[in-house]
Amino acid sequence: MDASFFAAAVVAGTPLLFATLGEIITEKAGNLNLGVEGMMLMGAVIGFFVGLMTNSPILALFGAAIAGGMGASIFAFLTVSLRANQVVSGLALTIFGAGFSSFMGNKLIGQVVPVNIKDFFKPVHIPLLSDIPFLGQIFFQHDVFVYFGFISVIALGFYLYSTRKGLNLRAVGENAAAADASGINIGLYKYIHIVLGGILCGLGGAYLSLVYIPAWQDNVVAGRGWIAVALVIFASWNPYKAIFGAFLFGGMDIIGFRIQRLDIHISQYLIDMLPYVATIVALILGTNKNRKENHPPKDLGVPYFREER
Amino acid sequence: MLKIIKRDDLSKRQILKVRITAIVLAIVFSGLFIAILGYNPFKVFYNMFLGAIGTKIRIEQTLTIAIPLVITSLGILVAFKMKFWNIGGEGQILMGGFAASYAALNFDFLPKPILLLTMGIFAIVGGGVWAFIPAFFKIRFGTNETIFTLMMNYIAIKWITYLQFGPWRDPNAMGFPKIPMFTSNAILPKLLGVHIGWIVALIMTALIYVFMNHTKKGYEIAVVGESIDTAKYAGMNIKVVVVFAMIVSGGLCGLAGMIQASGVERTLAVSLSGGYGFTAIITTWLSGLSAPLVLLTSFAFAIMIQGGNFIQTALQIPQSAADMIQGMILFFVLGSEFFIQYKVQINKRSQVAGDRNE
Amino acid sequence: MQADIAVEMRNISKNFGSIKANENMNFNVRYGEVHALLGENGAGKSTLMNMLSGIYSPDSGSIFVHGKEVRFMSPKEPIQMGIGMIHQHFKLIDIYTALENIILGEKGSFFINKQEISKEIKGISDQFGLGIQQNKKVYDMSVGEKQTLEIIKVLFRGAKILILDEPTAVLTPQEIKKLFEIVNNMKAAGCAVIIITHKLNEVMEISDRVTVLRKGQSIMTYETSQTTMKELTEKMVGKSIDLSIKRAETKGNVEILKVDHLTVVNKEKINALKDVSFNLKSGEILGVAGIAGSGQKELCETIAGLCTAQKGKIIFQGDNILGKSPRAIIRLGIRMGFIPEDRLGMGLVASMDIVHNIILKDYQGQKGIFLKRKHIIKKAENIVKRLDINTPGIYHPVRKLSGGNIQKVLLGREIDSNPKVLITAYPVRGLDIGASFKIYDLLNEQKRNGVGVLFIGEDLDILIDLCDRIMVLCDGSVTGIVNTKEASKEDIGLLMAGEYKVQ
Repeated sequence: MDASFFAAAVVAGTPLLFATLGEIITEKAGNLNLGVEGMMLMGAVIGFFVGLMTNSPILALFGAAIAGGMGASIFAFLTVSLRANQVVSGLALTIFGAGFSSFMGNKLIGQVVPVNIKDFFKPVHIPLLSDIPFLGQIFFQHDVFVYFGFISVIALGFYLYSTRKGLNLRAVGENAAAADASGINIGLYKYIHIVLGGILCGLGGAYLSLVYIPAWQDNVVAGRGWIAVALVIFASWNPYKAIFGAFLFGGMDIIGFRIQRLDIHISQYLIDMLPYVATIVALILGTNKNRKENHPPKDLGVPYFREER
Repeated sequence: MLKIIKRDDLSKRQILKVRITAIVLAIVFSGLFIAILGYNPFKVFYNMFLGAIGTKIRIEQTLTIAIPLVITSLGILVAFKMKFWNIGGEGQILMGGFAASYAALNFDFLPKPILLLTMGIFAIVGGGVWAFIPAFFKIRFGTNETIFTLMMNYIAIKWITYLQFGPWRDPNAMGFPKIPMFTSNAILPKLLGVHIGWIVALIMTALIYVFMNHTKKGYEIAVVGESIDTAKYAGMNIKVVVVFAMIVSGGLCGLAGMIQASGVERTLAVSLSGGYGFTAIITTWLSGLSAPLVLLTSFAFAIMIQGGNFIQTALQIPQSAADMIQGMILFFVLGSEFFIQYKVQINKRSQVAGDRNE
Repeated sequence: MQADIAVEMRNISKNFGSIKANENMNFNVRYGEVHALLGENGAGKSTLMNMLSGIYSPDSGSIFVHGKEVRFMSPKEPIQMGIGMIHQHFKLIDIYTALENIILGEKGSFFINKQEISKEIKGISDQFGLGIQQNKKVYDMSVGEKQTLEIIKVLFRGAKILILDEPTAVLTPQEIKKLFEIVNNMKAAGCAVIIITHKLNEVMEISDRVTVLRKGQSIMTYETSQTTMKELTEKMVGKSIDLSIKRAETKGNVEILKVDHLTVVNKEKINALKDVSFNLKSGEILGVAGIAGSGQKELCETIAGLCTAQKGKIIFQGDNILGKSPRAIIRLGIRMGFIPEDRLGMGLVASMDIVHNIILKDYQGQKGIFLKRKHIIKKAENIVKRLDINTPGIYHPVRKLSGGNIQKVLLGREIDSNPKVLITAYPVRGLDIGASFKIYDLLNEQKRNGVGVLFIGEDLDILIDLCDRIMVLCDGSVTGIVNTKEASKEDIGLLMAGEYKVQ
């Protein structure tokens, strides 16, 4: 395999990376949002729609972020304020998001991303770094969106592990009652990070419709949201590990084309199963963890009510 | 400021009131949403309703949709009762359909009743096996079943697609990638205008009701769903319970797949799951995990789906509007549970006369 | 209002659904005093203090801090006003280090400056005589260390008003002495210290004043030096009662259960039990004492067949039952009752009614695939009548019963099968005195019937009064088995800390 394959894997992994990071933040706040697929779809369709209408890449991204954030805020309202079942609320969000994107996108089918926006997302070679042999081509000859993904990983890592806010956030997901007694505003932390997670998912979706494809097709996310949920487990809720998972699965996504080119006679449809099978394998491998630090946040999925007796 | 306190028990009547309010609100909000998107909500709702039960044929179509929904929901119910989040209904339907189709295409020499029975059994095994795999990994490694069952959906879709384009491709379809149609003895007969799947659905509802409420296994499933520790304490074999329940769950979904393949599509196609695996999650949840109520919620959702199909052709409004409304209803019902468990009070600032010399 | 009054709570009421947890409570505490809140379980002590620390908000009444009326919306405001509570169930993050727990929720620089914080923590712990390893993770800490950490956390926030909720429940007598020294240091530093307790001797030992609570009401406040234990007991219980337990005497006891060199590794891959050997006789109550987490849970669960062991034997009337599942044990016809520590989460099915909880141990013996409820309904009615369970009916979900009645349902079911051995883990935890004594009576009745009772307890006074012998566990090992007629509390305390062994 050559560098171009790995470079393509990075591109294919970028939407997964955004969604995985988004779900990591959400789960660190103790909420399991299975609506990733739905939020990505909402971000994808609104991002595309705004881009088409305004010709502005920035506005398109804003639109996608807001769409994902809106989806997440529905989830946040249901699960934080109304303490609804998180699993079913997330599923409801996915069902809603899929319907929404399909409904909104009905008239967009076949439309292509405006040139203006395509130009904006043209690969940019980072001086010096892009000249590193092999690695330069893999990591530093991409569009700004990919770099934004790298930055997000580092920023999130710093935030979670080196700041007081991050310390508080992880405490909320670990033991909400203890965090509350320490004077942390549980509701606010949950809301902010669930919505932030949704924003990242929305952006991940927009990457698919605006950059990766870049045209509108129905159900453009095609299960990547669910793969992201699995990647969170695979990455043991660690943003740095998430980047490997995302690019690995980006590779799975494109390996089909490569294999076909190699003239190996396996049906394309069987190869298409690969990312999903690999997700299951990752899930199984990711589940057995000995170190307590790699366990899921302890209060994940548990609604918090202060006056519980 | 607002103050939230836990409520004591609400009567069944009050709970019903809360739920109905939630559904009404969901419809109102969906209407607003449809209006924002530029359509007349009254027209949309009216047409959906008309499209679902306006004529005898439409009612038959609605019932045809309700059948797989009921059976799939029953399957989901068994899993959810155990707090095993089986969202792999789609895949289990497809694999049930696949197994049934294998029988239909290979044993077409059998007499009709025997062939149909064989297809049914194959389907239950197919769906059951598809659900057994995630159940196995769950009990063996503690793997998250939600994602696992969902991934199994995608794998099933790819598998059927592979068959359709590959080994099972109909050579007589003039290059069109499709699987051969079933022979007539593999097709469910009709009774009162609808294929006899409706009888199967009713029988299954009764069976699951009895199973969940009056058998030892049903009791075990409920206990495992409530607390694994209690189940262990009581000497239950958790692994057996989980596997058994998931095979029942997947088996029912598989049976729905056979009914779709035999009664509706008359062949095997990716489209036969038709989103029922997901919709069933909503109908099951709305039923409060009660088998008889599944009939009601499934029929209501069948109206919505059939109505959605109708507005697509009649008004050129995408049928995904119906999906959105479904999501919306689920949001509202989920949210309404809060008002069953908690009470919101406006906390008056209580003024206690400040007697400072005690 | 006097100037040195730190907190004044007036006419505080708080309801949980239909339960009146606090009704017109009055309470105040001064700076430089230790004030005990005395009352039995369910008297409303913790509820009252949870309102002072912002966890609950009162339905009515007023709270004054430093003479100013306050209304807390969250725990944040009391912290800022210098109120700190050390909860009975520690509120710590397991995967965090001591330092991380201490600064949790604190304002400060965006990034964490560990060196500076570390120095500050050291200063505080030296001042009050508290020792702690700042980089130790909470999951590696003993109960005592966790409590120390909680105290430092509160002091670090500059708390001047400290609330300790049942701080001695988890400590050995020796550790309690040390804790009281620290409390006296706080008092000397001018802090107001509130200690929640239900133990009279501790009230007499440490407090300057004591407020007695009963059934959600504040009964009376005394200068501790002006009152007696007898008077306090009467106020606490509401009548003059004899708080001693009458030990049932039995004869002709034979060995019924023998545990031999039992070694168990728990889920965390830690040796939870190390080479444990003892025997249990019919008609005897064998107490098990030890600091929380010394292996009590694993001991019960291994005997009940819920845990597997690495090594050893469990002989029940001559048969080795080790490694047999609970199902197999039931099938062998071995009659063993088990009251686990987690009643609702393990012993019962919380959301199901009494009938469906009684059937839990019965249904496996039923023939066929159907659940037969008929005779179970009769059984449930009998249990409700015999144990005097206060419930609207046998179809009422057990989760909605009070703690004492929940325990009676569980105990009722377990003794209904006429067990030979009854294992009880903390059977009176959270129960008021009346309910506790009802449980002791039931256990004594079982003893008289020739049942061998294993009683895991936490209150040494109760253990000594109730049991015939006490086995002490420390860190998974048996440090001694003592005869209660001969042993003192202090001896048991030393055994709990593993400081010496009885040969």
